[in-house]
Amino acid sequence: MPGKLKAKIVAGRHLPVMDRASDLTDAFVEVKFGNTTFKTDVCPKSLNPQWNSEWFKFEVDDEDLQDEPLQVTVLDHDTYSANDAIGKVYIDIDPLLCSEAASVISGWFPIYDTIHVELFNDLNRFRQSSCGVKFFCTSSIPRCYKAAMVHGFVEELVVNEDPEYQWIDRIRTPRASNEARQRLISLMSGELQRKIGLKVLEMGGNAVVGYLQCFDLEGESGLVVRAIGTACTLDKLSSGSAPNSNTHMHPNTAPPSNACNSPSKDGKESPLAHGCRSTHNSPVHSACSSQRLSQNFSVSVPTLIFTVKPVRSRPGIFLCPSSPTLSTDTLSLSGSGSVICGHNSAHRASTPPPPFSVHSDTVLLRKSVSFTEDLLLAASGMGNGGSAGKEAGPLKTLLRQQTQTALEQREFPFFTLTSFPPGFLVHVGGVVSARSVKLLDRIHNPDEPETRDAWWEEIRQEIKSHAKALGCHAVVGYSESTSICEEVCILSASGTAAILNPRYMREGCLDIVIGDHRFEELSPPSCGFCHIPYDELNMPFPAQLTYCYQCRRQKVPDVLFTTIDLPPEAAVTGKGCLIQARLCRLKKKAQGEVNATAISNLLPFMEYELHTQLMNKLKLRSMNALFGLHIQISVGENMLLGLASATGVYLTALPAPGAIQIAGKTPGEMSNDHHILTIQKRINDTIAKNKELYQINPPKLFALDPEVFCGINMEPTEEVVGSPIPEPRQRSRLFRSHSESSDEQSELDLSHGKKDAFVLEIDDTDAVEDIHSLLMDASTPAGFYSCNTETMPGIFNWTSGVQMFTSVRVFRLSNANLTNQGLNKIFTDLCENLLKSFYFKLRSMIPCCLCKLNFTVAVPEEELIQVAVTAVAMTFDKDQNQEKPADKPPTKGGGETEEQLQFPMELCADAAAGNTQQASKTSGVPESTNVSSRAASVDYGSFADRCSTWLELLRLKAHTIRRGSVKTISSLEHCSPLPEGRSRSLRSTRSFGSSSVAVVKMTPLSFLPGTRIIKYLGIINMFFIRETTSLREEGGVSGFLHSFIAEVFAMVRAHVAALGGNAVVSYSMKECMLMENPNKNQAQCLINVSGDAVICVRETDPEPTPSTTNIGQICPSGTDVTT
Amino acid sequence: MTMELDVFVGNTTIMDEEVYQLWLDGYTVFDAVKVRIDGGVMEECEASADVLLSDTMDQYRTFQMCERLLHSPSKLGNQLLFQIPPHRQAMLIERYYTFDDAFVREVLGKKLSKGTKKDLDDISAKTNVTLKSCRRQFDNFKRVFKVVEELKGPLVENIRQHFLLSDKLARDYAAIVFFANNRFETGKRKLHYLTFQDFAFCAGQLISNWTVGAVDSMVEDMDVDLDKEFLQDLKELKVLITDKDLLDQHKSLVCTALRGKTKAFTEMEANFKNISRGLVNIAAKLTNTKDVRDFFLDLVEKFIEPCRSDRWTAADVRLYLTHYNNSAHILDTFKHQVVWDRYMGVIKGCIFKMYHD
Repeated sequence: MPGKLKAKIVAGRHLPVMDRASDLTDAFVEVKFGNTTFKTDVCPKSLNPQWNSEWFKFEVDDEDLQDEPLQVTVLDHDTYSANDAIGKVYIDIDPLLCSEAASVISGWFPIYDTIHVELFNDLNRFRQSSCGVKFFCTSSIPRCYKAAMVHGFVEELVVNEDPEYQWIDRIRTPRASNEARQRLISLMSGELQRKIGLKVLEMGGNAVVGYLQCFDLEGESGLVVRAIGTACTLDKLSSGSAPNSNTHMHPNTAPPSNACNSPSKDGKESPLAHGCRSTHNSPVHSACSSQRLSQNFSVSVPTLIFTVKPVRSRPGIFLCPSSPTLSTDTLSLSGSGSVICGHNSAHRASTPPPPFSVHSDTVLLRKSVSFTEDLLLAASGMGNGGSAGKEAGPLKTLLRQQTQTALEQREFPFFTLTSFPPGFLVHVGGVVSARSVKLLDRIHNPDEPETRDAWWEEIRQEIKSHAKALGCHAVVGYSESTSICEEVCILSASGTAAILNPRYMREGCLDIVIGDHRFEELSPPSCGFCHIPYDELNMPFPAQLTYCYQCRRQKVPDVLFTTIDLPPEAAVTGKGCLIQARLCRLKKKAQGEVNATAISNLLPFMEYELHTQLMNKLKLRSMNALFGLHIQISVGENMLLGLASATGVYLTALPAPGAIQIAGKTPGEMSNDHHILTIQKRINDTIAKNKELYQINPPKLFALDPEVFCGINMEPTEEVVGSPIPEPRQRSRLFRSHSESSDEQSELDLSHGKKDAFVLEIDDTDAVEDIHSLLMDASTPAGFYSCNTETMPGIFNWTSGVQMFTSVRVFRLSNANLTNQGLNKIFTDLCENLLKSFYFKLRSMIPCCLCKLNFTVAVPEEELIQVAVTAVAMTFDKDQNQEKPADKPPTKGGGETEEQLQFPMELCADAAAGNTQQASKTSGVPESTNVSSRAASVDYGSFADRCSTWLELLRLKAHTIRRGSVKTISSLEHCSPLPEGRSRSLRSTRSFGSSSVAVVKMTPLSFLPGTRIIKYLGIINMFFIRETTSLREEGGVSGFLHSFIAEVFAMVRAHVAALGGNAVVSYSMKECMLMENPNKNQAQCLINVSGDAVICVRETDPEPTPSTTNIGQICPSGTDVTT
Repeated sequence: MTMELDVFVGNTTIMDEEVYQLWLDGYTVFDAVKVRIDGGVMEECEASADVLLSDTMDQYRTFQMCERLLHSPSKLGNQLLFQIPPHRQAMLIERYYTFDDAFVREVLGKKLSKGTKKDLDDISAKTNVTLKSCRRQFDNFKRVFKVVEELKGPLVENIRQHFLLSDKLARDYAAIVFFANNRFETGKRKLHYLTFQDFAFCAGQLISNWTVGAVDSMVEDMDVDLDKEFLQDLKELKVLITDKDLLDQHKSLVCTALRGKTKAFTEMEANFKNISRGLVNIAAKLTNTKDVRDFFLDLVEKFIEPCRSDRWTAADVRLYLTHYNNSAHILDTFKHQVVWDRYMGVIKGCIFKMYHD
């Protein structure tokens, strides 16, 4: 549906000097939308031009409205020569299309000189907006919505040639090449979003939650943009009042094609939706670039597919409960790399995957063979083996079947969500992951565009089968990633196998609100998710099961690994902490197939070792569960890096972890024995210290003594607890399952039966190193906690101090012949030092917690290791006794940090944007008004800042109207020239003044402590390239990257502020690719960030009087009022 | 094996005040790390020297990036690159523009030119302020000077608004600008005992009483240039020493008032003519730019030194000057009361401040 877009260029400031003679600039602005271009008058001889142009009106059809960005180019007028471009601003007008979001974009935007910076925010952010599909980066149900239904997994990828690698790149300027790249990526990501939106609509949803978009820069072979997410039907929570039936169409009654209407307010969307659909059905790449796109839609077909799964026995596949045998497996295997070769070329034709057969090759792993059978059994028909017995059994199966039917309709029952509405998650099985090594090869076969799709499909199938093997029908906390080096690409996927409550997935049961007790009874809320989903008789792996320490009715594993956030209802003893396993493996440089083989050979070992490290570190901290587990394996030319991060906790429902026992291979030597004893002592000390540090004092219901046998262990437990049925049957079963492998276990030196103890064997220097590194991890300094999940288990009373940061380090290994151990040490130190730096830098925030610590490792070049971290530090009230933060005003008055000073300010700014009276505004910003009057009088022209070209600002106001929306039109009339001129002056004082630019908070979390999100303004997905040819002058790579990251933050903030928001949640830096060439004094960096722009208010503040959905309309009228 | 790159960027820019001060003081990164280690910050957070080095480098980089904004502080509030809370911004600006008294004393009254800038290394050696810090301070003076030079309105207010400084610091800068503009001599040996604050006070007196701005508030350079008409009028005061009767009459009036009130009475009586001649001559000569420059030197030579050699106390000086000023009003034939008051008001203020016991 056609619309009208109005834009007005008001002013610019701090422009660079373009005319050396006068030290001034004759600036004018070109505003381009679609094929229409308008120009402002030239504002002669000023670095702070005031154009105050008329309203430029663009009459455009819907397609353009969705596809095109508004391009604002600032130029310097030259009478004789061609006009010089000063810089450009792209403004995505899509937020204007969404009835719920802003109806005005207004603010100062940074102008970038294209020579220095390429900016392209994802111009297609809201391409789906007119269809009503909203996109959220947040991987939980957004705060002001209610999930009516969770539909499930949506994925899409698009491929193209990378302009950087086209032949033409040799003759064009870097700028042109960057611009080409920018256009392409923006087109691709728009297309991607549109396709995903379409899928969501088909599923009957209206939103994508946990939207994760990634770029794979495959170099020669192309550029892949792919995205996954979880389709949902979201209902807006209007505070207090029941959802308006107009506003929220019931998905039940709405046929899929109409479902997109649900979030729209005024029902005007229906025709729009149809229009949109047709758009989607038509070839996506229309108009200008269709030819090129369709041509380039070739995808390379690899000559060879290498697949490596983390094959070896289950720790790789299911990073899940472990058993004492695990470490022994690892150790004995580490010498026999040849074992794995067998399956390298295995195509993934069949599921469940063949690697299991591989194990039969090895004598050592006979045990695995036996469980493999179980697994296959479990995979084929889970219900068969009879369930855990007891009264819950049949219900469990029933539940499983129910959900299964709901889920089986789906190809992939995956969910990118990491936290869930209460009751959604029933049981958690464990981590499932799959990796595959692929050879990227450019084959000109445009008829085969599905290769990448097929690759991912394979991996997902594998994940699905793993989940099945764990007795689960769904995978939650699902994510996908790649690591590319030259032509080798590792595709990884991981998630947590789980059983979900079908209620959210069945259509027609939405009326059942949370009060459905049928399932709750089945699994008490706080410990239910810990209970094993798989069949105890046919366990996919030998885990030690005990009765749940909370409900005493169901079985739980001894250890639980997951990729999700800790469910809020889970009972946790003590605090949690960040646990990382780090690993470096050298690899020979090689090409093509050989290289891929080498990598595939290494991968299983790496998975193993990472897992062992995690397990050891977990035990060392006396914890029994990992949340938010993320394992990244990064490939470089001559090494592989593995980094596993997770948050360890002590789940009250799970048994206490056993001690770590050191065993020497050669017990004869006295010195060795002594050595072992000292190490043992150190370990015991560390465990004791950690227990204290993390306040892990589980109720002493049972002996923690590691000497107690596993089998016996169960008895006293049950006795003490007085479990209703002692269940001898159970024990015998357990024995039986053990018996299958008992003879082998004796071989493996575990015959002394200390199954509860975790045995580390020291037989060579490697192991010693391992243990050292185990103990090396510095504990967090007093007053600090860290985790990689959304919040720290055991901390509840957050205060409002928030500091989000990004840190990047690149380490050069100059020593040519490093050993694996040496590398490991370096890598570990690198990570540890980073953490130490954070603690030091943020020491003023103590007590505080680093949350959502997200480490990304890469090997950008040979001998370089890059680690990038984004996290947020949040302060909390030390007094943990109070569940709720103490009333805020007193703290505020005190010496609390800047955060609290900032916050009232941004609220004032908001209030001003809204319809608050002027009086309250001026009084509300006492500090700032002074400054504003001062600042306004400054004549910047008198000292031109020549070096500040990057931060030039420009203000623009865009406005859309849609046919059929009388209200907007009328409010628009109000905004016509005269009042607008006045409102501008008001605004200019505000933005100039307010002592500062409106404060925008950023956080990687889905919330800001102490605040309430009242409105989601849309997804921010921005992609930046910056290139420099004066690296030294900019302070080297550090200086270059420092300012670039600061600029990225600044641009994100500017865009959020222009949308009327005051915070970004779920912020993440997906890509940070730095290429340097110090010899040529050049560097290039590419950064991709995303997040959700929101408006939030302090929790204590009342909801702004008009319902939040109206805010867009308040804006113009608000300015009217104040003029 | 080296750290190729190491950056840390916070959404709210993190700045350590201690490191900022070290940076302002011109310490190199390594020296700054040393100072910090000695300061015991390492124990505070179980940090290592590496951590400290990385942190210091990072902060230095941030400061360097901020520096160009600090050159026109109002930009700091409007820029988007760094999110800095207002009170931190104020701190950054205030500290950036704060100067060392030792340094300012050296350049006070000098032309803020390239020539002076070249001498900064000597000044640095003499004052023990690092050259880097000297340059910053000098550039600050110059920058402030250039900006306010062309502005209308009150000097202090202009500085405060343009550089967002505190009132105290703005006044100090006003003094520096005023001294630089009029090129007052402050470096002579006889003036060495005077501190910057003495001069700053005097500058304040001169600015508020003797400049064009004291009479007309909307003139360019109003606070920087002395009121020419007034200086011309000062010549009329000569009558106080040229007219013998007037001189005697003045003396007797002052002596009558002073008798018995001070121990130094005899010296006062004996020196009255000399002193009066000195003060009036200073006034009469102020039309010459050269003599304006020597204003403070003259005050010291013609008044303060004689008094000091006669061991007047500060109270004596106060008493003497008060009566000296007031008595002139009683003289029937002396018609220039207004000019006299405008002149003596400042002279009294300056001398009170400059007369150290």
